[in-house]
Amino acid sequence: MHEITLTHILFVSTALFFIGMYGLFTRRNMITLLMAVELILNSVNINFVAFNKYLYPGKLDGVFFAIFIITIAAAEAAVAIAIIINLYRSHHSIDVEDASEMKY
Amino acid sequence: MNPYAYIILIPLLPLLIFVLLGLFGRRYFKTSSGRIGTISLAITAILSFYTAYQYFFVSGKTEGVYQKIIALKYTWLPFSPNISIDMGIILDPISVMMIVIVSFVSLMVHVFSLGYMKGEERFATYFAFLSLFTFSMLGLVLSSNIFQIYIFWELVGLSSFLLIGFYFEKPSAVAASKKAFIVTRFADLGFLIGILILAYYSGTLDFGILISRLTSLHSPEFLAVTSASFLGASMLTWGLVLIFIGGAGKSAMFPLHVWLPDAMEGPTPVSALIHAATMVVAGVFLVARLFPVFCFDPSALHVVRYTGAFSALIAAVIACTQTDIKRILAFSTMSQIGFMMFALGVSQYGGEQGLGYMASMFHLFTHAFFKSLLFLCAGAVIHLVHSNNMQDMGGLRKIMPVTHISFLIACLAISGIPPFSGFFSKEDILLAAYHTNKMVYGIGLCTSALTAFYMFRLYYSIFWSKTSPSFEAHHGEATLSMKIPMIVLAVCSLFGGFVPIAAWVTSDGLPLKTPIDMGFSFLPVLLAAAGITLATYLYKSENDRPRKIASSLGSFYKLAYHKFYIDEVYLFITKKIIFNLIAAPAAWIDKHIVDGFMNGLAWVTEKISYGIKGLQSGKLQNYALYFFCGIIGLAVLFIYITHN
Repeated sequence: MHEITLTHILFVSTALFFIGMYGLFTRRNMITLLMAVELILNSVNINFVAFNKYLYPGKLDGVFFAIFIITIAAAEAAVAIAIIINLYRSHHSIDVEDASEMKY
Repeated sequence: MNPYAYIILIPLLPLLIFVLLGLFGRRYFKTSSGRIGTISLAITAILSFYTAYQYFFVSGKTEGVYQKIIALKYTWLPFSPNISIDMGIILDPISVMMIVIVSFVSLMVHVFSLGYMKGEERFATYFAFLSLFTFSMLGLVLSSNIFQIYIFWELVGLSSFLLIGFYFEKPSAVAASKKAFIVTRFADLGFLIGILILAYYSGTLDFGILISRLTSLHSPEFLAVTSASFLGASMLTWGLVLIFIGGAGKSAMFPLHVWLPDAMEGPTPVSALIHAATMVVAGVFLVARLFPVFCFDPSALHVVRYTGAFSALIAAVIACTQTDIKRILAFSTMSQIGFMMFALGVSQYGGEQGLGYMASMFHLFTHAFFKSLLFLCAGAVIHLVHSNNMQDMGGLRKIMPVTHISFLIACLAISGIPPFSGFFSKEDILLAAYHTNKMVYGIGLCTSALTAFYMFRLYYSIFWSKTSPSFEAHHGEATLSMKIPMIVLAVCSLFGGFVPIAAWVTSDGLPLKTPIDMGFSFLPVLLAAAGITLATYLYKSENDRPRKIASSLGSFYKLAYHKFYIDEVYLFITKKIIFNLIAAPAAWIDKHIVDGFMNGLAWVTEKISYGIKGLQSGKLQNYALYFFCGIIGLAVLFIYITHN
């Protein structure tokens, strides 16, 4: 059986990153959009932990930074929900295509 | 300190008044603009008289010859060391005489206009334009540089345009002002080409230097300009004839005279100033200014001579048939200027042979007085009768005594009856013509007889003809401000002949003795008296004889009545030929090709912008996508660069 190397994990996190990116560009529901952003943040987390485990086994810097990212992601999700609530109040819809005031 | 520095005030003062009344007259100087204009012009007239006194009596002469004095000179545009456009003031006998005439007649017209234009809404604008004109004309006669005279020439044309079209709500006035400006502008094309030719060959634009270079038989410039030829005539002839064309346009010589009768649409004091005494003599003045050069080219002088003689005759014939009093006076002006032109044309330079030159300037002097007087009287009559047509008038001598006597004096002066001023100047012209060319003398005699006839036809039709006026006069004769200029000008017409112009204004600066030759003068005076008698017989009381004579002359009368259809010829040429063949294609090219190109550029831009517009969709996710694509692109680029 083959070992699981760093590259395998990096593949996974990159795939997650692009899936998240795809969701960011494509989803119409603002909450689903937010979920895709969380996916991107999680992929970065996987990256940090993987590098920590494979390149610097004795230290824990990567894991600490991953915890930071989780915290910030949580805070940012709260702010994003607040924005979505505000947008809902003015547009009565959480469809991101309805918030098109920047159109020509 | 230049002793002549004060002369700059003479044209400058009217210019300042023009700026003042033009900018602020409508609001602040509604009724006082007339007084302001008149007072400033009085100051200008006093300065002009003082200059004339200084020049003619005190300091103008050197060894008995009147010198050309350059009073002021300022180098304005030096193109090369030789050809530079300077601004300068030249004092020589003709320019000093002209500033006296222009400022004096302008003053009389200003005083007259105080009464004539009273109640007019654009009173201040009128006086502003009058001051602009006076400035331009004074600048024209004081110019020391041929390009400067061209600048003032155009300014005079502009002032004439503004004043003829003063009543711009009338379409006929607008058409007349356009016609005057276009005809004179077209003539000025010739003038400009003539200036360029003369400047090229003589290497200078200054009058004094140009004349001295082109009148010495051995100077290199003279040899160059007479040896170079184009289509058979030397360049000197071409240059002078083209300059004469410019002068002919301004002075209403045939065939460029068509604007002058129509120019009578302007207010009558304007006609008195511009189209009688001052602007229309600008052409004569120009030929007089370049007279020494004209003398060295007989063919150009012949052109001047025959154009003048023909214009004089044809204008007199047309004037015999017209019924609008201002048009009769306009044709009379054209005829008298024809006299001045052919007087210059029969003259030579220097001494006894310069009699024609002196006679022409003398006639200019006296004509200014009696012609402006005629126009002012006509203005007074029109003011009363509210019609220009001679047939609406008659028997006015009882209502308007001052106007009547002034008009009579002016008519006697223009007919050349002694001892009025016109007699002396006309005699000198006819004498000069007699000694040079008998045919021109004959034309002059005929024209004098016709002049006496049609002027007295006009006089009798206005003031006699009917036993009592055919309308109700609702106000008396003219106001005092209208009577005073008429009286003053009548006195000048009476005694102007005794002013010794011959001692002052001659072709070479030396005084000329012109004794009155009774034997010679007998024939012209007799012919004039015959013309007056015929007019009295036909017009003094209302009768049928003129109509019978007119019908017996048949088609010739009809031709003269329609001014020989020259206007129709011009209209044909402009409408059928120029508009259709030149203007219409040019307009098509402008509209479809030039504008089309611009419109095409705009169309292409619009189409591209519609295409790009979709990028700004307002959708956040699209923007994020573009952002991401940009990052990918930059990343690829940087990896590529750092790898290489």
